[in-house]
Amino acid sequence: MKVGVIVFPGSNCDRDMYHVLTDVFKLDTEYFWHEKSLPKNIDAVVLPGGFSYGDRLRAGVIAAHSPIIKDVKKLAEKGTPILGVCNGFQILVEAGLLPGVLLKNTSLNFMCEWTTLIVENNKTPFTNQLRLHQEIPIPIANGEGRYYIDEDTLAELKKNNQIVFRYGKAVNGSSYRIAGVCNKEGNVVGMMPHPERAVEAEINPIDNKPSTLIFKSLLKTIGVKN
Amino acid sequence: MMPNYLVQVIIENKPSISDPEGATILDDLVLKDNHSPISQIRTGKILKFTIKEKDKAKAKAVVQKVCDDLRIYNPLVSKVTIEVFNA
Repeated sequence: MKVGVIVFPGSNCDRDMYHVLTDVFKLDTEYFWHEKSLPKNIDAVVLPGGFSYGDRLRAGVIAAHSPIIKDVKKLAEKGTPILGVCNGFQILVEAGLLPGVLLKNTSLNFMCEWTTLIVENNKTPFTNQLRLHQEIPIPIANGEGRYYIDEDTLAELKKNNQIVFRYGKAVNGSSYRIAGVCNKEGNVVGMMPHPERAVEAEINPIDNKPSTLIFKSLLKTIGVKN
Repeated sequence: MMPNYLVQVIIENKPSISDPEGATILDDLVLKDNHSPISQIRTGKILKFTIKEKDKAKAKAVVQKVCDDLRIYNPLVSKVTIEVFNA
C-alpha cells in the first residue's frame, strides 16, 4: 500500500504528514515533487499544508496549475482517496476538485489555535471510522481559512452529503461553519485544520484519539482494496 | 511595429461578498472620531500588464482571456475590471 505526499514550492507541512503516515501508521509513503508524475496505482494522495508559492495572488491558485495536478485529477476520477489539508484544501478548491473558495479569515488575523470539529459525513475514506457528530479536538493554523459558498451551492452540498466537517463554534466566518468538504463521489476530501498535528498524545493537549481515527479510516479504506 | 499597452486589471470581490478589510479601514480608521460622508470602502487588488499588441481592443481581450483561463480572479467570488492605457 503506497501513499503519496505532494510537495509544492513553499509546502511546509509535508514532513509532519510524512512522519505521521510513516512512523505512526506504518504506511509506505513517498514524497512527490509537484513536477513529477503520480503512479496510476497509488493507493492514496495527500496534499499537505504550507504556503505554496507564498500564497501569491491567492492561496493555492498557482499550485493548482502544477503539472502533478493533472495526475491528481485522473486519480480523483478513478476514485482514489485524496486528502487536502489546509493549503492542500486551498489547492484542491482552486483546481476545481472541490466546491467553494477559501477567503481571508474574518478576523483578518492568522489564527493558530485549538478548535473542535464535528463530523458531518462518516462515509468518506477519511471519516469511516468516526461516529456521526463525533467531536475532534484539532489545531488550525491559517490566514485564509474562511470557507465561502453561496446559498444555492450550500443547499447542493447538504443534499449530496458533501459537508464532511463543521467547526463546533464560529471561528473564521466560514459559511455554515464548514471546515471540510468532499466531492460528490466522496473520495476527495479537503479540510482546513491539521489532523497530522493532533494524532500524537505528546502534542495533543486534549484528546488524540479522534484524529487518529481519521488516519485509521484511510487504513481501513486502502486495506479493503487490497 | 506593435505598440506597448498598459492593461490595468482590478480584482475585487463581488458586492455580495463581505469585505472585512474594507470595513475595518472604514470603521476603525476613516470614521473613527469623525463624521464622514464616506459610507463604504471595498478593497481590491491591481495587476498591471505590459503587453505588445496591435491595438487596445486586442490587448484587452488577451488579458481578459489570461485572467479567465488561469483563474487570476476566482469567478465564484470576484470580478475583474479591465482598462487599457498607452504604455
